[in-house]
Amino acid sequence: MMPASPATAAPTASSKSRIIGLAALLLAVCALPFMVSNYHTFQLTLVLVYAIALLGLNILTGYNGQISLGHGAFYAIGAYVAAILMDKFGVPYWLTVPVAGVVCLATGFLFGLPALRLEGLYLALATFALGVSMPQLLKDKHLEQWTGGVQGIVIIKPDPPFGLPINPDQWLYYFTLAILLLMFLLGWNLLRGRVGRSLIAIRDQPVAAEAMGVNSALYKSLAFGVSAMYTGVAGALGAIAVQFVAPDSFGIFLSITFLVGIVIGGLASIPGAIYGAIFIQFVPNIADEISKAAPWAIYGVFMIGFMYVMPVGVAGAIRIGWARFRRKAGGSGHHPG
Amino acid sequence: MDAFLNQVFAGLATGGIYASVALALVMIYQATHLVNFAQGELAMFSTYIAWTLIDAGMPYWAAFFLTVVIAFVLGVLIERIIVRPVERAPVLSVVVVFIGLLVIFNSLAGWIYSYTIKVFPSPFPKEPVHIGSHFFSAHQIGAVGVTLVVLGLLYAFFRYTPLGLAMRAAAQNPDSSRLVGIRVGWMLALGWGLASAIGAVAGMMVAPVVYLDPNMMAGILLYAFAAALVGGVDSPGGAVLGGFLVGVLENLLGAYVIGNELKLAFALVLIVGVLVVRPSGLFGKVHVTRV
Repeated sequence: MMPASPATAAPTASSKSRIIGLAALLLAVCALPFMVSNYHTFQLTLVLVYAIALLGLNILTGYNGQISLGHGAFYAIGAYVAAILMDKFGVPYWLTVPVAGVVCLATGFLFGLPALRLEGLYLALATFALGVSMPQLLKDKHLEQWTGGVQGIVIIKPDPPFGLPINPDQWLYYFTLAILLLMFLLGWNLLRGRVGRSLIAIRDQPVAAEAMGVNSALYKSLAFGVSAMYTGVAGALGAIAVQFVAPDSFGIFLSITFLVGIVIGGLASIPGAIYGAIFIQFVPNIADEISKAAPWAIYGVFMIGFMYVMPVGVAGAIRIGWARFRRKAGGSGHHPG
Repeated sequence: MDAFLNQVFAGLATGGIYASVALALVMIYQATHLVNFAQGELAMFSTYIAWTLIDAGMPYWAAFFLTVVIAFVLGVLIERIIVRPVERAPVLSVVVVFIGLLVIFNSLAGWIYSYTIKVFPSPFPKEPVHIGSHFFSAHQIGAVGVTLVVLGLLYAFFRYTPLGLAMRAAAQNPDSSRLVGIRVGWMLALGWGLASAIGAVAGMMVAPVVYLDPNMMAGILLYAFAAALVGGVDSPGGAVLGGFLVGVLENLLGAYVIGNELKLAFALVLIVGVLVVRPSGLFGKVHVTRV
């Protein structure tokens, strides 16, 4: 079962409380780095990075129904673009992020063109192949002078600008948070309107969508490009945060991690990207203490389990639970939904 | 010229493995129109079972056949318990479940047997065999032989036995098959069992070459996908031919053109290329959708 479309425009009475809630949440998120250690700040930065990547994959797979098992490849391209620009060309770190986005937008759009002709399973196959072969491509000896081959590239952690009284880890957190807010705002704007409706229509009723005048080819390749751009931006931010890129960190299991993230967070849901990111960042850390293989076993069990009992993911479950709570609390005065 | 022939033959040997895995994929595809992403990991896990049996002192061929039986049962169980509930779900759910299976088997193998590489024995003699003026490793020839035997048995099973006929009928026209009393659900489970058994044979044949570790099948699965697509994803014969073709091409390109480091990219190009240019492959049926 596909999850329902995102919540439609909320009534004005609750939109005020929603804005207050969001502001409080933002404040709390901003305060976090001062309450935890540097290492935990770094982990939270990675959560933000993954959330951007997951939103990207969700635009393609959740909203548009095109299955990608190779988004780790776009993450890798973004990471390498950032690392090469910083290491070989001395480009400032903040400039590498938009460049990585543009490069991935173009790559994604180009990969999306042949992918247009592939449906469902076949697209999954093609992207799976992309995900599996990416580390080998990065190790290629013709590219070695830029990519550093198997060794990868080490980059230097940027210092906070303008003499801000915070440490580099905290600065990176805020930098990533700012980009995340920008990307989520863009994504929300893109998905709530005409484009979002077209993407969902193509996913659910491709023939009817075309008959209604939705340019399916354009929207599908657009979705691929935009999705890759998000993931590429995340890749660049991830590379800056980790300060290191190497081919073997971008294998097929990274792509699968992203898939786990959107399935658990919630397909076709914007907040779902954040829940998914929290899951893929922290659950492996906890499970690692049992065994090196345990995180993956848990991933697998969660993937299958969610598909059986909660195909709408955490975001969908929260939405349903919240609606139920409001109906009970609100009594007869409110009309549901 | 000698080196060239050796390369071709080595390609045929690995091609046999690709052909087997491709055939397993096609069998499941024919019956359910699903591509089993966990096929490779199932084969890998079965190979570990064989390793355990051999390690416990069982003679090779006894372990071999016992593993095939265990793999068959495992395949049937997976179809009955895990795949059946999502049979009619959207493609995305099914793909997620398959990827979940892939991940579970991979991590189970890592958990139980650790990620260190293990040596897997070959049942064939160590001395190279010479045919004319060429030397071939006995394992290569043996692997091709085993592959051909498996293919022959399968062909005979589907062509000459009532059960094989029932399975073909269930795959081709489930509704009519049900009306004449074929238990379609069980035929699917049987198909999964057979596919899993074929995968186990492929795993045991390739493990002496690539060594046994939990990630040994990732590349092989990719080539098997390519092989199945080249041959036509709904044509068993095509898949076998595609497997040998991909094996030889991969070896020749690796030796003479692109080098060993880019072999996987070759599979990627082949997969995308076939899907774009001729999605039905060499022998597959052209799909027409009624709008």
